[in-house]
Amino acid sequence: MPQNEYIEESIKKHGRRLDHEERKRKKEAREVHARAAHAKRLHGLKAKLYNKKRHAEKVQMKKTIKMHEERNNKHKSADQPVQEGAVPTYLLDRENQTRAKVLSNMIKQKRKEKAGKWQVPLPKVKGMDEAEVFKVLKTGKRKTKQWKRVVTKATFVGEGFTRKPPKYERFIRPMALRYKKAHVTHPELGATFCLPILGVKKNPSSPMYTQLGVITKGTVIEVNVSELGLVTQSGKVVWGKYAQVTNNPENDGCINAVLLV
Amino acid sequence: MGGETKFHPYTAKSKRKQAAGDAAPAAPVGATVVAQFKSPEGEVCGPPLNLPADVNPEQLALLLNNLLQNEDPLPYSFLVDDTEITQNLHVDIIQGLQRSTEDLVTILYRPQAVFRVRSVTRCSSSLTGHTEAILSVCFSPDGTQLATGSGDTTVRIWDLATETPQFTLEGHKNWVQIVAWSPDCQILASGSMDSTIRLWNPKTGKPIGDALRAHSQVITSISWEPMHLNENCNRFASASRDGTVRIWDATLRKVLMTLSGHTGPVMCVKWGGDGLIYSASRDKTIKVWESTQGKLVRSLEGHAHWVNHLALSTDFILRTGPYDHTGSTFPDRSTAHAAATKRYNAATANGTRKERLASCSDDFTIFLWEPSTGKKPITRMTGHQQPVTHLSFSPDGRTIASASFDKSIKLWDAEKGVFISTLRGHVGAVFQVCWSSDSRQVLSGSRDSTLKTWDLKTKKLKIELPGHADEVYSVDWSPAGDKVASGGKDKVLKIWKH
Repeated sequence: MPQNEYIEESIKKHGRRLDHEERKRKKEAREVHARAAHAKRLHGLKAKLYNKKRHAEKVQMKKTIKMHEERNNKHKSADQPVQEGAVPTYLLDRENQTRAKVLSNMIKQKRKEKAGKWQVPLPKVKGMDEAEVFKVLKTGKRKTKQWKRVVTKATFVGEGFTRKPPKYERFIRPMALRYKKAHVTHPELGATFCLPILGVKKNPSSPMYTQLGVITKGTVIEVNVSELGLVTQSGKVVWGKYAQVTNNPENDGCINAVLLV
Repeated sequence: MGGETKFHPYTAKSKRKQAAGDAAPAAPVGATVVAQFKSPEGEVCGPPLNLPADVNPEQLALLLNNLLQNEDPLPYSFLVDDTEITQNLHVDIIQGLQRSTEDLVTILYRPQAVFRVRSVTRCSSSLTGHTEAILSVCFSPDGTQLATGSGDTTVRIWDLATETPQFTLEGHKNWVQIVAWSPDCQILASGSMDSTIRLWNPKTGKPIGDALRAHSQVITSISWEPMHLNENCNRFASASRDGTVRIWDATLRKVLMTLSGHTGPVMCVKWGGDGLIYSASRDKTIKVWESTQGKLVRSLEGHAHWVNHLALSTDFILRTGPYDHTGSTFPDRSTAHAAATKRYNAATANGTRKERLASCSDDFTIFLWEPSTGKKPITRMTGHQQPVTHLSFSPDGRTIASASFDKSIKLWDAEKGVFISTLRGHVGAVFQVCWSSDSRQVLSGSRDSTLKTWDLKTKKLKIELPGHADEVYSVDWSPAGDKVASGGKDKVLKIWKH
């Protein structure tokens, strides 16, 4: 082990070597090549770990660069489009919930719930016929019986669900296509949250799909928004809220939805 | 100017009317009180007098006018231990304050405005034109023009004689947050969300040059240098959310000084009558700057949350400059400057009455300061139950009215900071308050879409002015007192009259 700060002492006494700066620059310039060579050489778990680390570093670097760019961007505020809802200076940066709107929205929502109609982001979706949603499963020793169906779309299966005995089970919902969570976008906040699904409110193609919990594009699902901290008029925390699915979950492997507000 | 104001001396006729109308509880026959008049400056006036206990304020005024040997009778208000005599001496003092008739009662008299502003009662015109919410409404100091700034990025100037749109000033790229008239009415400055300030000629409706760019965020407040300090009226201070206050020269179109020191957005700036600049910020402090070199004089600390607004006891005098209730005009700058100086000196009693500063905050309190003498507050005024967003000194500098989100307006004595009364009636947050120029009425604009005027004498609601369809963001009472303008979220400018 080195004793004391002999390197620093030497630098203080004699200074650095004359070509120190140049060597440093060259070493730095070579660094990227050295890294690339190192990354190429690695394989297996080491490579995975190293790539992950590099990826995280690069993301961080990009974020930093972007932050610096934003600071230098002088015309940002001038170029911003004029927003709706002008407020005087004393109301800037204050959380002003528009009470009247909250109230009227709640009334509207209740009316719609009664009528069973929704003003939704996706007003029209392609209908799904049974041939598309269900696959016939041949059963019996000779595979001659054709009364079982396998759902080929994403489904939501409630928490306490127990399968019927296989002898009577007409619809099979494969485990691989069951979903518990959805990526829900709040249209006003412009933020997306991964929220647990509570149930399928309505599948527009058929009430049977609604019953089965089939989730296709345009399906209205109920999600648990308690994490968002939305509050009702009377100050209670909103628990469940409806959202409409905007993608084809069976193709994408995830559920994206827009919150209905 | 002065169309609706009228000279109102206490004539024998009005006195008779008053006496007939009043049906105050009778004092015991023959009861007397020994009283001594005292001026607001603390000087004793005349000998102690043996007064009948049922003497009313009008009779006291008659007596005092005789004692002071005033050529024209002046109106006065009378106070005993900060309680105003409204009915008669017996009811208010002997019964109200439980004072003995044996003691010497010291009656403080205060001169009131010689003119009377008639209360506004009706909407004389609803002017459409803005396509977004109106954020700022401001009468010119001489009371001939009205400017509004709006969320539709324009500033509009309205002709008050015909109550029609006069000019539309386009140029800003974002919401216009604030409009401010120079004290000589020659320049209109507007500050915007696009972080620029623009200057306009209000007589022609043309811009004066391009935008003034130096701030990096929204302009929150603009304050011009008072006329008695600078007869050219070319300097103004602007506050921004970027945490700086900048002093500009309007003729050179340059930043003269940048006052940086605040660590949060500056929400309000005021140019005081003694050459000090006050700025309030969301970093909880108020800073006092010296206007010639831009040095920080002192930092007033005390608030526990955002400071929202500042008011000066001289606000009205500084705003109106040389123009008074008689509607005089001035041929050139030097005479106007002389008139402004005279008015300022009269208002401050040649500098003996120090300028006072009141600040309101999100911590529900109001502080009263005397920034020229020290950094200690005079009082901390508590009572509001929600953030206080606006406050205003009465034109005579004796009362403060404060508007809060708790739907109430509170009145405070500006001398000691004592609570006077609460004015309740609004059903939504109160956004702004302003005074009539005779200090006898208060006007408030609220989130509940109404304006209300309040009588200072009875401390009660005088007139309710409904008409707006949505929140009222800004109200202003013309310095002449004949008109009130209000604008809000419903994009309509309303002018109210008697």
